[in-house]
Amino acid sequence: MSTETTGWTTPADATVPLVDRLHGWVTTVDHKRLGILYILYALFFLVVGGIEATLLRIQLIRPHNAFLSPEVFNQLFTMHGTTMIFFVAMPLVFGFANYLVPLMIGARDMAFPRLNAFSFWMTAFGGFVLYFSVVGGYGLYGMATAPDVGWFAYAPLTAKTFSPGHSTDFWTLSLLVSGVGSIGTAVNLITTIICLRCPGMTLGKMPLLAWLNLAMAVLVVLAVSPLTAAQLMLVVDRYLGGHFFDTQAGGSAVLWMHFFWVFGHPEVYVLVIPAFAFASEIIPVFSRKAIFGYPVMVAATLAICFISMSVWAHHMFTVGMTSLSNTFFVLSTMAIAVPTGIKIFNWLATMWGGKISFRTPMLFSTAFLFQFLTAGLTGVMLSSAPFNWQLSGSYFVVAHFHYVIVGGILFMAFAAFYYWFPKVSGRMYDERLGKLHFWLFTIGFHLTFDCMHVPGLLGMPRRIYTYEPGRGWDVWNLLVTVGVLFQGVAVLIFVANLILSYLRGPLAGSDPWDAWTLEWSTSSPPPEYNFAVLPVVRSRRPLWDLKHPEDPDWKYE
Amino acid sequence: MGPGPLSPTDIFAPVSTPAQSIFELSLFVLSTAAAIFVVVFSLLVYAVVRFRKRANDDGREPAQVYGSTQVELAWTIIPVLIVLVLFLTSARVIFSVQDAVRPPEALQVTVIGHQFWWEYRYPGLNIVTANELHVPVSEKGHPTPTFLKLLSADTDHSFWVPRLAGKTDLIPNFPNSTWIDPHEVGVYEGQCAQYCGTQHAKMLLRVYVDSREDFERWVSRQRQPAQVSEAVAQGRAIFERTACINCHAVQGTAANGTFGPDLTHLMSRDTIASGAAPNTEAQLRRWVENPDSIKPGSKMPAMGLDTHELDAVTAYLVSLR
Amino acid sequence: MSTPSETVKEADGELRWELPARGPVGMYCLIAAEAAIFVIFVVAYLFYVGKSVSGPTPSILSLPLFISLCLLSSSLSIHLAVGALKRGRPASFLAYWVLTLLLGAIFLAGTAREWRHLIYEEGLHALHVTVGLLLIGTVAVFTFLRKVQQEHAGHVEVLSLYWHFVDAVWVVVFTVVYVIGR
Repeated sequence: MSTETTGWTTPADATVPLVDRLHGWVTTVDHKRLGILYILYALFFLVVGGIEATLLRIQLIRPHNAFLSPEVFNQLFTMHGTTMIFFVAMPLVFGFANYLVPLMIGARDMAFPRLNAFSFWMTAFGGFVLYFSVVGGYGLYGMATAPDVGWFAYAPLTAKTFSPGHSTDFWTLSLLVSGVGSIGTAVNLITTIICLRCPGMTLGKMPLLAWLNLAMAVLVVLAVSPLTAAQLMLVVDRYLGGHFFDTQAGGSAVLWMHFFWVFGHPEVYVLVIPAFAFASEIIPVFSRKAIFGYPVMVAATLAICFISMSVWAHHMFTVGMTSLSNTFFVLSTMAIAVPTGIKIFNWLATMWGGKISFRTPMLFSTAFLFQFLTAGLTGVMLSSAPFNWQLSGSYFVVAHFHYVIVGGILFMAFAAFYYWFPKVSGRMYDERLGKLHFWLFTIGFHLTFDCMHVPGLLGMPRRIYTYEPGRGWDVWNLLVTVGVLFQGVAVLIFVANLILSYLRGPLAGSDPWDAWTLEWSTSSPPPEYNFAVLPVVRSRRPLWDLKHPEDPDWKYE
Repeated sequence: MGPGPLSPTDIFAPVSTPAQSIFELSLFVLSTAAAIFVVVFSLLVYAVVRFRKRANDDGREPAQVYGSTQVELAWTIIPVLIVLVLFLTSARVIFSVQDAVRPPEALQVTVIGHQFWWEYRYPGLNIVTANELHVPVSEKGHPTPTFLKLLSADTDHSFWVPRLAGKTDLIPNFPNSTWIDPHEVGVYEGQCAQYCGTQHAKMLLRVYVDSREDFERWVSRQRQPAQVSEAVAQGRAIFERTACINCHAVQGTAANGTFGPDLTHLMSRDTIASGAAPNTEAQLRRWVENPDSIKPGSKMPAMGLDTHELDAVTAYLVSLR
Repeated sequence: MSTPSETVKEADGELRWELPARGPVGMYCLIAAEAAIFVIFVVAYLFYVGKSVSGPTPSILSLPLFISLCLLSSSLSIHLAVGALKRGRPASFLAYWVLTLLLGAIFLAGTAREWRHLIYEEGLHALHVTVGLLLIGTVAVFTFLRKVQQEHAGHVEVLSLYWHFVDAVWVVVFTVVYVIGR
């Protein structure tokens, strides 16, 4: 086992029986293998969630369509949202963190390897529980009992009165279980970053990816727990005679909203902060310049973390809070736009004066910058409460958050895939297929999500299985659906590229991008123990120092 | 205010003060966002073009710039100022719309959200109706706004008629209120904007803004008890004998259920099932025979009436003018 | 406490590299997560204080002064236990450790008597107390088997951190339910 690696392409593997190799993967506590498991899990559910979205969009391609019944539609949008957030985006984020953080801080593994494995399997089991709902309960005879209460499961729709049966319980249980996994991983990440950095790597010399994942993990610890607490209360309401949210017995629907969004808002920062991490590593390398303003990038991240715990009720502007409360949340939400916007300027300044090479990771990163700018601006529009009174609950919001999650987070995830694929697999991906994936996906993304803003502005609410003609929504919905086709094809090309390249791609070597952080000093893929000798670092870019002994970073930091 | 709306639910075609205030604020927010977009977008495009690696690159690393205090200070302070301005303008509209004082001559309506229809009660006028809200037009010189109290009988809903006002939610156990003062006669459309269950999509809204005279006429008609006609006595008997009266009310008869819409003046409405179908005899018959054929998942069960009974009941309903 | 520390030779002298131990850091993170869960329950309880919704109210609960004293004392005893082990006094350690176990068990028994009213907050707290007692009990068993040595003081201290947290939560629950709730 000591010579085991994470790659699948070393000759030694050919002689080990398949059963033993699979057993190695199932029982692994190696952060690199667990990272890959998380990412493959996320990719699988990305396809599942994408199919769910495609079905939804086919139903909405024209008014009064009869492709899906309202019951099935309502289950599909609930499952689509829940799947994408908890079983695609979170595992993706945790997977990359798991793989990269120990390598980039010069450690041999995470602080608690067994907790790491336990956390992964809990998350995985949560996804299984959610999808068991499709066949459990009344099963397919009753048009499945998948949850149909929306991914934020507002009370009192989730009360026993309005959701008899077990569909809501599947939602609750699956997230309780995966929540345990999330907290476990977060505890692991924080401890790893604080306790296992290699000699010389003070917090101020850590790669930004490590800082940003630290911030993300702190948010998980603080934000997932409120969801867990609220769900426990929901279970008490539904089965133990509680009335926390049971409005018919004096409970409060608004209390659920507060608890949920206290989780829900930091959650979206949990998802986007790692995208910032990728951008902060990839953009400098492809611009051939150090990141502009490292200390401010750290400060901005901490500010975002801190402020993000105070903005949650901007999801509740239409609920009827007092004008004073609404005003407070407008202020806090607009405030958070400042450190977030600053980051865009820092990345832009990193590119400024550089020598930008537009390989696939940089193509996705550049698109990310344009798209995250747009998403941030529609967010500013939504943060103005009166404007929000028109825009909330409409397709404008749906367009906004997909712009962030797909146009921001998924684009950077693709960039990260291509950037670190050579390190993980030892082989280089096919650049032409990569560019094809990029252009097709970008065209599809913009067709779908640019057009999606318009029906919102014309009064189309979200979560409706059909709509009236004559409201000016028809052609926009058609265009939105057409864009899905491009994105679907692009994702298939992406998956094909991954598979073909890992099977037959040219060997990449340890440092194909001429990069500067510690993971590029190991072989590709790295050995199980990562580093034979723990590195000693003197600056934020240890490999730059090695490659430029006449002009090392530590002279300027 | 310019060319006609792009759509009956266009948020940029306000006819009532709350929607108008929001519209004006939105123009300001949009133009600020657009300005920021143009500036940053141009800088990004410039960077991508000007600093791309040339084919004849000499392979040397460019100058490494680690930061610049002045630049970073500038691009922190300017956004802070922009945020301040946006915040203050938004706050002003929040207070002017949310905390508007209800004038004594305002019309008061209580809206009760149900799965999947709207109940309207006019407490001062002793009127109960459903799905189609009538309000008087409000003249600029002599405003007669309508103040809506928003309640829910079951789950969360949201009252959204974009041309009249922003949306406000109807939450059980948590009364809310909103107001409108439409100054153009007409019919304004909207729909429920908070997911409330299976037929959330067909919980449509129609607000009829009537001239003063038309509104008075509508009020006096609504206050009458139900029309009585011997010709439909049989249908009425079936209606009162079967479970219809458990859910529906017809003023002046034995029917006083409150689970479903009040039917006293059913034929004064243009649509049925909260906008899901036009209010014609054929659609009414279809609705009573099998509600799921129009609105699958609505709370009205199929009553299992035979053809003869259906004809009779439909004739009765059609008589409820 | 096992601290990963390196003495690294540098061209201009030696660099001593000492980072915090992972046990306590991990436990503090776990405590933070658990604290967040309890905060939400406390907020929910305070939200409904005074409203006539069914739930645990002080009028049907007797003031649990005695068992509270037991739990608070157990924090002291576990602190003394850890100190004893660090100074290499296994006999003292065992005595204080078993005392902690007993005090915790008394608390749990007292809570269980009120159990039918206390599913909401106390149930959650009692669950944590139970988990803590099981862990303490496990360590007690190992101690009897002569397996716990001085060098394990670090691990034992991490466990004691958890126990102190459980105690602190009780102080909050006690204040919110029995004092403010009156």
